[in-house]
Amino acid sequence: MTVSAEDRPVGVDIQENEQNRPVIEAIEADNPKATVRYLPGMVRIQSPGELVINRETVEERLGREWETHEFQLAIISYFGHIKEWDDDQIRIAWDRP
Amino acid sequence: MTITPKAPRKLTMKQRYSALTRDLEWDPSYVSDEEMFPLTSFEGITIHDWSKWEDPFRLTVDAYTKYQAEKDKRLYAVLDGFAQSQGHLSLTDASYLNAMKLFLQGVSPLEYQAHRNFAMLARHLNGPGPRFASLCQSLDEIRHAQTEIHTLSNYNKYYAGFHSYLHMHDRVWYLSVPKSFFDDALSAGPFEFLIAIGFSFEYLLTNLLFVPFMSGASFNGDLPTMTFGFSAQSDESRHMTLGLEAIKFLLEQDEKNVPLVQHWINKWFWRGYRVTALVAQMLDYMLPRKVMSWKEAFELYFEQQMLGGLFQDLAYYGITPPLHVDKAMQEKEYLSHQAYWILYQFSHAAAFTTSVPSDEHMDWLTEQYPDTFPIYRTLWEKEKKNIAAGGRHFIRGLPQLCQVCQIPMGFTEADEPFIQAQRESIFEGERYNFCSDGCQYIFDHEPVKYRQAWLPVHQIYQGNCGAADLPGVLDWYHMKPGDGGEYLGSLDNQNWKKWHDMADETGGN
Ligand SMILES: [Fe+2]
Ligand SMILES: [Fe+2]
Repeated sequence: MTVSAEDRPVGVDIQENEQNRPVIEAIEADNPKATVRYLPGMVRIQSPGELVINRETVEERLGREWETHEFQLAIISYFGHIKEWDDDQIRIAWDRP
Repeated sequence: MTITPKAPRKLTMKQRYSALTRDLEWDPSYVSDEEMFPLTSFEGITIHDWSKWEDPFRLTVDAYTKYQAEKDKRLYAVLDGFAQSQGHLSLTDASYLNAMKLFLQGVSPLEYQAHRNFAMLARHLNGPGPRFASLCQSLDEIRHAQTEIHTLSNYNKYYAGFHSYLHMHDRVWYLSVPKSFFDDALSAGPFEFLIAIGFSFEYLLTNLLFVPFMSGASFNGDLPTMTFGFSAQSDESRHMTLGLEAIKFLLEQDEKNVPLVQHWINKWFWRGYRVTALVAQMLDYMLPRKVMSWKEAFELYFEQQMLGGLFQDLAYYGITPPLHVDKAMQEKEYLSHQAYWILYQFSHAAAFTTSVPSDEHMDWLTEQYPDTFPIYRTLWEKEKKNIAAGGRHFIRGLPQLCQVCQIPMGFTEADEPFIQAQRESIFEGERYNFCSDGCQYIFDHEPVKYRQAWLPVHQIYQGNCGAADLPGVLDWYHMKPGDGGEYLGSLDNQNWKKWHDMADETGGN
């Protein structure tokens, strides 16, 4: 059985702490289909097909400049492919239909 | 006329990455490519264009060191606080630390081995992209080894079983399971290593291996372990990417690579999955406060994410899910019960302790495994009677080991909970035993490699382990009284009670 790449979930696990809360909020805001699950010490955010993290949204919530490299301090794990990681956006999606 | 100075132009991530990583590459003029990179041709992998290797992280040395330093700073702030406040007393129970003993003895030394091998890849891969990613991973892995040792050393001041983890890693029977796994990968070629460790271990199985330990730590009051764990895991997303890019790169470079890669996936899935038996029993039996069952973890991290996600992508290249994955899915119902039952009976020769699960614990296991646990519950109820009669069960003999995964042969056939699974192959007139079809498959492809396995039980019988009797072997293992055996009444258990009664009498603190 194949599920198309638009429906197969991708996601990230993020360490749950004060520093990461604005990042988590930003991801929820930019990914309306995302679901959030709390596990001990961490938060799992998954979304069908694609998940994006936008620098601007994070900066709004954080109230300071934030470079996308900084996401490396928050992420524990992910599933999917990192399709793009540039100055403005990180995008995780599957590769193939 | 005045010249306004130009504002310094900031390079984008893409430009920085290409300037500071890819552009540092040069073509050798006085040696051939084969002379400069002698290790990337013998495995039969064909690469046409190394520049096609992608690195989505676009990491450069300055960004790497900046964020790694920040990670260490955060970790050490937590460690100091925990040590100063006698944080170890707020763990759920001293028995929780059995999980950490296993981690330090079994897993941390693998981090160091990973460091070594990625350092080699950082020299020997032909392309600058994968070389730089390997260099970062090599540095990450030594950071993991060091921070894990450092974090857990605090417990060594108060608890048994932590003191000789490196010495034990090289000698003790249950530690030969993770050690032989990694040695197996280290002794393969660079491409096989990338699939073995970079892809199978770091992408397919990493969440099953590490996340349960770290969530377990978080749930059981072990803040330092949770912090080092998540700090290490934050590097893991880069490692997963390296593994994933490796496999896509090999598959895209030449069709001839596909069958080789498929075989390595089959082999290394099973090889790594067998090591996770230790995690399975840890999750279901060693944590005083449970996070999730092995079965649930397997379904979440493997079945949903890997089979439901990744392998649908890989199908495009003609890659199928690993051979024997169906067996692993069947085993999720009973793997932890059988693995813990083995460790329970041999823990007098281990540097961790075991105990019969409490009634409450067994109720939880029944809830999680309604179809299978009732069978194992009858075993434990019988054992409780043994103990009441003064006869806690330890096996005095030595078990037969699987020639490939080196786990004592205690796993059963999937539908026959009392029939031990046993497979055998004859090679050059000698008989070799395996715990499963998966291990037999691995042996049959490379019998010359696996017949050389350093099997702890064989080594004891051959007289290579210090002595022929148990006390002599334990001495050779550097095991001390209090390290192993039954938890109730153990040194850790007695100390724990003493410390907590004292704390109560003095009104806390
Ligand atoms: Fe590591
Ligand atoms: Fe085996």
